[in-house]
Amino acid sequence: MRRDRLRVIAVSALLGLAALLVWQAFAGGQPAGRGVPGPLAVAATAGHMLANPFYNNGPNDKGIGLQLAASLARLGVGWTVASVVAIMGGVALGLSPTLYRAVNPYVQVLKPVSPLAWMPLFLYTIKDSSQSAILVIFMSSLWPTLANTAFGVATIRRDYLNVAAILQLSWWRRLVTVILPAAAPAIVAGLRISIGSAWVAIVAAEMLIGGTGIGYFVWNEWNNLALTSVIFAILAIGLIGVLLDAGLSRLSRRLAYTE
Amino acid sequence: MSQDADDTATLVSAAAERAVELAVLGGRHGRRQFIESVGAATAGAALASVFPMAAARALAQDRPGPLEKRDLKIGFIPITCATPIIMAEPMGFYKKQGLNAQVLKASSWAMIRDISINGETDATHMLSPMPLAISLGVGSQSVPYVMPALENVNGQAITLHVKHKGVKSAAEMKGFKFGVPFDYSMHNFLLRYVLAEAGVDPDRDVQIRAVPPPEMVANLRAGNLDGYLAPDPFNQRAVFEEVGFIYMLSKDIWPGHPCCAFAAKREFAEKMPNTFKAILFAILDATQYARDRSHRKEIAAAIAPRNFLNQPVEVLEQVLTGVFPDGLGTTRNVPDRIDFDPFPYQSMAIWILTQMKRWGYLKADVNYRKIAEEVFLAAGCREAMRALGQKAPDSSVVKHSFALGKTRVFDPDRAEDYLKSFAISRT
Repeated sequence: MRRDRLRVIAVSALLGLAALLVWQAFAGGQPAGRGVPGPLAVAATAGHMLANPFYNNGPNDKGIGLQLAASLARLGVGWTVASVVAIMGGVALGLSPTLYRAVNPYVQVLKPVSPLAWMPLFLYTIKDSSQSAILVIFMSSLWPTLANTAFGVATIRRDYLNVAAILQLSWWRRLVTVILPAAAPAIVAGLRISIGSAWVAIVAAEMLIGGTGIGYFVWNEWNNLALTSVIFAILAIGLIGVLLDAGLSRLSRRLAYTE
Repeated sequence: MSQDADDTATLVSAAAERAVELAVLGGRHGRRQFIESVGAATAGAALASVFPMAAARALAQDRPGPLEKRDLKIGFIPITCATPIIMAEPMGFYKKQGLNAQVLKASSWAMIRDISINGETDATHMLSPMPLAISLGVGSQSVPYVMPALENVNGQAITLHVKHKGVKSAAEMKGFKFGVPFDYSMHNFLLRYVLAEAGVDPDRDVQIRAVPPPEMVANLRAGNLDGYLAPDPFNQRAVFEEVGFIYMLSKDIWPGHPCCAFAAKREFAEKMPNTFKAILFAILDATQYARDRSHRKEIAAAIAPRNFLNQPVEVLEQVLTGVFPDGLGTTRNVPDRIDFDPFPYQSMAIWILTQMKRWGYLKADVNYRKIAEEVFLAAGCREAMRALGQKAPDSSVVKHSFALGKTRVFDPDRAEDYLKSFAISRT
């Protein structure tokens, strides 16, 4: 077991190192200032940015820490609201096969729409760019949780529901003590997918609206063709994505059960 | 039914007119005097032709009254055209007028339009055709805008990919993919003008698409575009990156053409006339400062940081001083490559409207002159410039001369004939 783990870590480290070397060789072959910057240049930029991540030079120039915080705040609001709505909707759909089949065609039509396609409509109707970005997050995190919750609730073992009926539990107690715990693993799986797709969408949305956020940061650095900053931002976005996923994965392990 | 409806409509419009007269002329007494002195018909016509009344009245006073709002947000796109609007923040021109203004960077012209209409910004940098188009509800919801000052004249260029170094005339550009910053831009209209004069139909023989200026160099490098007519620094940046060369400066199409402008919703100008005027003063002051070539290097350094243009100072200096490599191995010295002249001639608006008509953006028949007067506040700009001790032209409508094309002189009094003179047109 222990040796297996060590072996995985070693292979992983070697792969990473190999990728860095290939990258450096590829970048080093081009004249300085032209083409793709190598890992050393990116590391220098990263060092520079991480030395002072929370500086604030006015509305268009903030440190990487503040930009990430702005994006995470948007993500937090949009994803939380979407999750509440999706779980409630999913429970309703999961409990009623008729409703599920009636609503399903609409969900299927709306689900594949890129959340960014909603942006112009939101901007026009709610007249606020920051709230529009949050609504984009809402749209992108709604469907996976909705679908997973509906599936999780629909596949709860009949026995559980029957016992609840015999005990004559109120619908609220039935929901809190039987339905939600039984469907929890499916719901959390949906939440994990949601937060991933929301994190993907926020970067694109912020590139459109400007202002603050890691997406705006990428866009602003792209204007200046400062690719080292863009690559650094890509790594930061990836790392935050991993942390978000790891958090929910812990939650899912705690909620798992065997029948 | 129609008789009653008509009566009601007349009553309402009479009431509205009275309200406007009261606002402008300062009460019944003033109104009577005014009508006595010019005659009722003239009075009505005079009022009907100048409707940003409160704004006009505020601009006509020498000194702005007490500010209605001190903390302001002003939107901009990171290009050198916006120089006066941007530099006014770091160089203290807003502060001088008692304003605490912050300039906010937007990612595209569509965003500039939407955050301005939404009221997320108080006033904004716009392309000079935008306030006209938005007021008319063309390519936008219809919201009345006013434009009391231009930012810059000249300062744009046609940049082509280095692989097209052999191209000597626009006639050789058939099949090209071009970028322009926005449909309602001088860039779009000037590029179409140049192509059409060379017999290239801009709708059929080439592809022209809207690309936000900051994304242009990346698209040119990727080969996604063959060229663009774009604001600087992105022409010079393409040369700096060795991916493009400057084919033609926009001043060699229409010397002294308008480009970017300072605009606000008419509602803002009317509700906060003093604040509106104070911003205009700050911008006129900054424009005057930018006009002096000896200040250009200092300005380049002030607007280069990440908070503003986020560009190498070197590139900005090349743009602003007019001493620049053109990407073909020559260093050119063109002092008026970009210039800063705030006066919004209404005849410029009329030219823009003829081109919107020409290319099918504007389908309805409109009164060019009336719209130009509503949106381009030439009289207000003149008053403000003179109050600041600057020289301003007496006439708001003049003839404009072009450097290329069949009809070289645009006569705003004969706009319809001008429009009909084009061989390639969608009218």
